[in-house]
Amino acid sequence: MQNLAWALSLIFMAAIAAVFLWVVAGASSASRDADAIARSGRLWRDRLFWIIIAAGVAISFATLWDWPIAGHAAAAPKPDVVIRATAHQFRWAIDRDTVQAGQLVEFELTSADVNHGFAIYKNKHHLVAQTQAMPGYVNKLQVRFTEPGDYEVLCLEYCGVAHHAMRAVIKVRAGS
Amino acid sequence: MNTTAMQSPDTPAAKLAFQLYIAIGIAVFLLMMIAGAAFRAIQATWLPIPANYAYEIMTLHGAGMVGVSGLAGAAVMWYFLRRYVALSTAMFLTMLALSLVGVVMILGAIGIGRFAAGWTFLYPLPAKSMGIWGTHAAAAFVGGLVFIGVGFLLFYLDCAIALIRRYGSLVKALGLDRLFGSGPVDTSLPPTVVASTMVVIINILGILAGAVVLVMTLVNLYVPSVAFDALLMKNLIFFFGHVFINATIYMAVIGVYEIVPKYTGRPWMISRPFLASWAAVTLIVMAVYPHHLLMDYAMPKWAVVTGQVLSYLSGIPVLLVTVYGALTNIHRSGLEWDLPLRLILFSLFGWAAGVIPAIIDGVIRVNLVMHNTQWVPGHFHFYLLLGLVPMLLGSLLYACTRGQWKETALDRASFWTFGVAGAVFCFAFLVAGWQGVPRRFAVHDGAWLSFAQIGTLAATLVLVAAVVLGVRLLARLPRASLSA
Repeated sequence: MQNLAWALSLIFMAAIAAVFLWVVAGASSASRDADAIARSGRLWRDRLFWIIIAAGVAISFATLWDWPIAGHAAAAPKPDVVIRATAHQFRWAIDRDTVQAGQLVEFELTSADVNHGFAIYKNKHHLVAQTQAMPGYVNKLQVRFTEPGDYEVLCLEYCGVAHHAMRAVIKVRAGS
Repeated sequence: MNTTAMQSPDTPAAKLAFQLYIAIGIAVFLLMMIAGAAFRAIQATWLPIPANYAYEIMTLHGAGMVGVSGLAGAAVMWYFLRRYVALSTAMFLTMLALSLVGVVMILGAIGIGRFAAGWTFLYPLPAKSMGIWGTHAAAAFVGGLVFIGVGFLLFYLDCAIALIRRYGSLVKALGLDRLFGSGPVDTSLPPTVVASTMVVIINILGILAGAVVLVMTLVNLYVPSVAFDALLMKNLIFFFGHVFINATIYMAVIGVYEIVPKYTGRPWMISRPFLASWAAVTLIVMAVYPHHLLMDYAMPKWAVVTGQVLSYLSGIPVLLVTVYGALTNIHRSGLEWDLPLRLILFSLFGWAAGVIPAIIDGVIRVNLVMHNTQWVPGHFHFYLLLGLVPMLLGSLLYACTRGQWKETALDRASFWTFGVAGAVFCFAFLVAGWQGVPRRFAVHDGAWLSFAQIGTLAATLVLVAAVVLGVRLLARLPRASLSA
């Protein structure tokens, strides 16, 4: 998903840059009929509008029809393992830290003090999933760990001056 | 109707007020840029400052940038809107005075009280510092925001009264009667009035929500037994914060509507799509804020769906009306480039390009793996540093030179340095976000350092260019004209 987001951003930002460069390059040249330019501009704007609306409808259905986050505001599959975690400044109190690969794990997250973010990393460069840990609420996050290894938990909501040090590890062992 | 009487008189006091805003704005912008670059240098391990001080710098940078962006945006809006309605110079100065009181309180809270809860003061963090800052420090920060908010509220109320006096109602000033009327649209309503009305509506409501949550936070600070729902507080804070920071761009864009036609000789007239766009954006800016709360699973499903869908729709007015309109306006117009115009056109690119990663981040599936990573400062720096800042600079430079800018090699070098280094700075955030690097970490793991180091180098170059551009603007401040 991160790669798709990055690629789409680059493509559309580059397209915008190309349009700007094209217009800017010709802006100083001798004026043509301003009315004709305005008419042509309106025509293309109207076309673009409907293309963007149609794309938006398609994107919305494609990304929301199957609800993207199991357990969030929708029925969720029955998990194999439930892990309850409570966030404290600046540590995680987790009732279990080892699961087997392939298991559907449900994290039930809350906070004893302030807002925290519960983000699971495969390594330093791959964020697997996240949710917020809030005082007074329990957020349920379902993750199926397919690869064994140690997954680091980082706090992704600023929670005070040792925010960066608030970490835990979920150990995923090869399934039997 | 005597329209002349509706305009604001060009008095020496009004000119001085405008000059004060520019001078203070430049100084604060540069100081806050230094703070931001320092925080990036700390992340890069190039500045050996303990984490608690780093988070104070982060808090200062955030609060200072949001505040000065609001003040500078308001200055641009006041500068142009006063040509159409009678605005009070006293109220304009009152906003500045109250903001300065707020700034002093915030500086005291951070510098003396060691407050470091971030500019978003996310409840209940101000009251739970783990012994780092005290109740009075948190109250000084929150109280400072209250002073600034009251100043802005008075200014927007003055604008609202002036608009209603001139046009009969905010509905008419927003052009809704023309939008839904029959026959050809009456184009006599200036785009500046429409944009200002939108800002007045959203920011009065936004600041009122901010006032509510700030007072609730103050109550909780001194009476901890009175606790509030954390999700409700989060909603109020993000509604206020989202509306306020977005309004800064919608105020600055008034400069685009007013200045670009002066270079091209093609007037920027309202049309039904223009009015529909501003009517839509009035609602969207207020309703889209749940896209900040997509990872709060306690939020109702309809709210997060609204957040995703409106995030996408919010790009349409930006891209297809204002940016597209500006490009159409300059296309083969035979204009002559100078520094103010270069900055304004570049700002439109920064705004347009910056909304792309923002919209993508608003998709729930993407947000699940990119929320609160450096993707977020990546996109908001894109449309603030490369959008809002050059938009403000270009508009204010024009106000001081009336289009008679004598461009030098230093101007061109500063412009290109600002643009290229600024883009590198933003892409260092975006690439880091793509790689999952968290935002708001004072201490970075070894694997993340290269992003912070590239970002710091780029930030330093941006700062140097901004100093040159800022000094160039300051040097021309005595020539500022209220009718440029």
